Amino acid sequence: MGKRQSYEGVAVTAPVSVPYQRYSIETAHWWIASALRGSLQAAGLRPADIDGFSVASFTLFPDTAVGLTQHLGLCPRWLENIPMGGASGVIALRRAARAVQAGDADIVACVAGDTNHIDSFRNLLSSFSRFAQDASYPYGFGGPNANFALLTDRYMQEYGATREDFGMICVAQRDNALRNPNALMKKPLTLEQYLEARPIADPIALFDCVMPCAGSECFLVMSVEEAQRRNLPYAVIGGTIERHNAHAQDPVQLRGGWTLDVEELYAMADCTPDDIDLLQTYDDYPVISMMQIEDLGFCDKGGAPDFVRNRDLTITGDFPHNTSGGQLSAGQAGAAGGFIGLVEALRQVLGSAGGTQVADATTAMVSGFGMINYDRGICTSAAIVKTGSPA
Amino acid sequence: MSSPLSPPLKKDPQKRTQSPLRPPEARSRAALGLTAAAAEGRFALQVCDDCGTVQYPPRDVCGSCLSAALEWQDISPAGTLLAETRIRTSINLYFRERTPWRMGSVQLEAGPVVLCHVHGDCERGGAVTLLNRLDASGQGVLLAVPKDRTSNMEDDPQMRALSAAPKHRRILITDLRNPNTPALVSALLEAGASTIFVGEAESWRPHANRDLISGLEKVSVLPLDVTDTSSVQRLAGEIGGKTDILVNNARFLRPGGVLARGDTAFAREEMETNYLGLMRLAQAFGPGMCTRTNDGVNSAVAWVNVLSVFALSNTPDFGCFSASNAAAYSLCQSLRGEFRASGLRVMTVFTGPDDDDWTQPVPPPKVTSKALAKAIVSGLQQGLEDVWCGDVAMEIRERWRRDPKVLERELTQGGEGA
Repeated sequence: MGKRQSYEGVAVTAPVSVPYQRYSIETAHWWIASALRGSLQAAGLRPADIDGFSVASFTLFPDTAVGLTQHLGLCPRWLENIPMGGASGVIALRRAARAVQAGDADIVACVAGDTNHIDSFRNLLSSFSRFAQDASYPYGFGGPNANFALLTDRYMQEYGATREDFGMICVAQRDNALRNPNALMKKPLTLEQYLEARPIADPIALFDCVMPCAGSECFLVMSVEEAQRRNLPYAVIGGTIERHNAHAQDPVQLRGGWTLDVEELYAMADCTPDDIDLLQTYDDYPVISMMQIEDLGFCDKGGAPDFVRNRDLTITGDFPHNTSGGQLSAGQAGAAGGFIGLVEALRQVLGSAGGTQVADATTAMVSGFGMINYDRGICTSAAIVKTGSPA
Repeated sequence: MSSPLSPPLKKDPQKRTQSPLRPPEARSRAALGLTAAAAEGRFALQVCDDCGTVQYPPRDVCGSCLSAALEWQDISPAGTLLAETRIRTSINLYFRERTPWRMGSVQLEAGPVVLCHVHGDCERGGAVTLLNRLDASGQGVLLAVPKDRTSNMEDDPQMRALSAAPKHRRILITDLRNPNTPALVSALLEAGASTIFVGEAESWRPHANRDLISGLEKVSVLPLDVTDTSSVQRLAGEIGGKTDILVNNARFLRPGGVLARGDTAFAREEMETNYLGLMRLAQAFGPGMCTRTNDGVNSAVAWVNVLSVFALSNTPDFGCFSASNAAAYSLCQSLRGEFRASGLRVMTVFTGPDDDDWTQPVPPPKVTSKALAKAIVSGLQQGLEDVWCGDVAMEIRERWRRDPKVLERELTQGGEGA
């Protein structure tokens, strides 16, 4: 395999999260436009300044990125629609970065957003994928809860993880969320409450599950010169990876595609796990965060339960993790759930994270995981972002 | 072990009957291969003709070599339960009413990992056998059951929902005079039916079957003439609300094709009984049964129609009778579609010649009453849609599948000297 080119000269800036709502009467178009507007305002740009546009959304139907150009009055010369759910943030970033490097676009806006009507989640599930329709939903229609229950069940058998271990992740994230005024979860969570929560699909209980909501996230990708000319604080990209349908022969998913590429990721970014100041994992369920902690090299396979027992995952701890509260405590805004970690990581390395700021954070890792096509997540992605020029 | 199913309590007339609910019905065309196999109780998956890889979920091309030559084949249903869960909340109403719902993933010895329903007696890590059964949406689904039988295993609620088991159910058999009826009554009683109603036309005429049946406990003989609309409606008014399974075995049978008969008199009788009789019964009993498919232990569950296998391809020795059966079969297919939304199943039972007086000159093998009764009961227990009873029926099925035109040519071979 050839050596990949670096992301030198690419700046990432203007991270914006539109505060999530449990239910919204607005449309995905509205949410996407709100986030885009936020990023443009933060960067002092007008819509006409955008010549690259990347969109991730589940609830835009019947529109795609194409319909949005006319709806929002954009005239991009580079357009992308990313249907990769939880992996979409990093993937939008790496595609946009290459477009900027190649000169296919000068300023790319990467947006993800979804609305959540009372019946949205059910409608979304019903048409999610053909394999799920044929071979997963007829068996109890538990949605992702059931899939991840099986995965968690297997992980517990294989590696001796306990519900307390998963609880450590959820409790720490709630702690972080209390510092994020936009998190949907406002009340503290104790380990006892976690353990006593209503069962959803054994061994998964209420606080292992994210709350579907409406929300949107956006950031801009441009050249470092462009960012400097506009006097924008920016982050740079150390490295990124993506992988799809890895380890297809594993009977139950206990590892993800990261394992195939993670060494290259660290090599590109010229750092090691020890250099990472904070980690944003895709946390649709805590077992998936454990899988990422292992597969991204912070501990050995099966070592995550022990790892979370011995480390402090809060903002002020020795392993800050999902600093905005993650999806578990801030909410899962559809495809924006694939952006929440990246947008927060950008704020962190720009020093603009406010209440959730990790002191002296300059290097952050973000990981994405998406699309339960049948029995497992198909898409994985990860990126290391670093401080370029702080705010 | 599963707890034995208790007989239902008497229905409280003040309580609302629960609306029929169904698990998700949508499937891709490829996935309907599983349903087609389930209709006959077979466990089959796609196998690649080119590289031999067993596929699951159903695909349009091989996930190993991209070949489009995928064939549904019976394969070993043996596997190991890898992981399991009990779903306690579902946004699908059918499952929501039935939580906790046990499902899991099974590693098949044949290769693929499948998500499936899991019988209550299966142990995590234990050996399981997969059954392919039709669910309340009429779609094939997989159920893992313990490799070795456990006590009362058919009473497991998930397994029962994938069957039309006669246990604790009330059954109407439409024709007392059919020579196969006494054996059918005893087989259904043995399978745990709570009540059996047997319809009798022209009850002023004595019949040996009445003497065999009428004295039995749990059995009542009631007047029913399927060629008489008011008779059918009268009986539906009386027992329609407590008919859980209807077995239509009424038939009018005479030999002969078109030229062997001088007129249409017998053909009319055949259509009146075999075709219009089915329609009258369906119009009188169908709507009521459809509203009671979610009514607990003795919910309405199946419509059984006994047909000649020559419904598929005509045998001129019984040419007009075959035609009436072809019409009845076609009507059964319509009823499948019309009953689908309620979850009421239609089971078609194809048989070869039996020991009826009118088939006396037909050479053996013949279907015995016992064999037919056993096929019907086991078909109900497995929740089948198509049952093939006896050597003749199974042979005709195979020949018909291989080439319907060749079968037609063989069945219509000219007689000596014709």
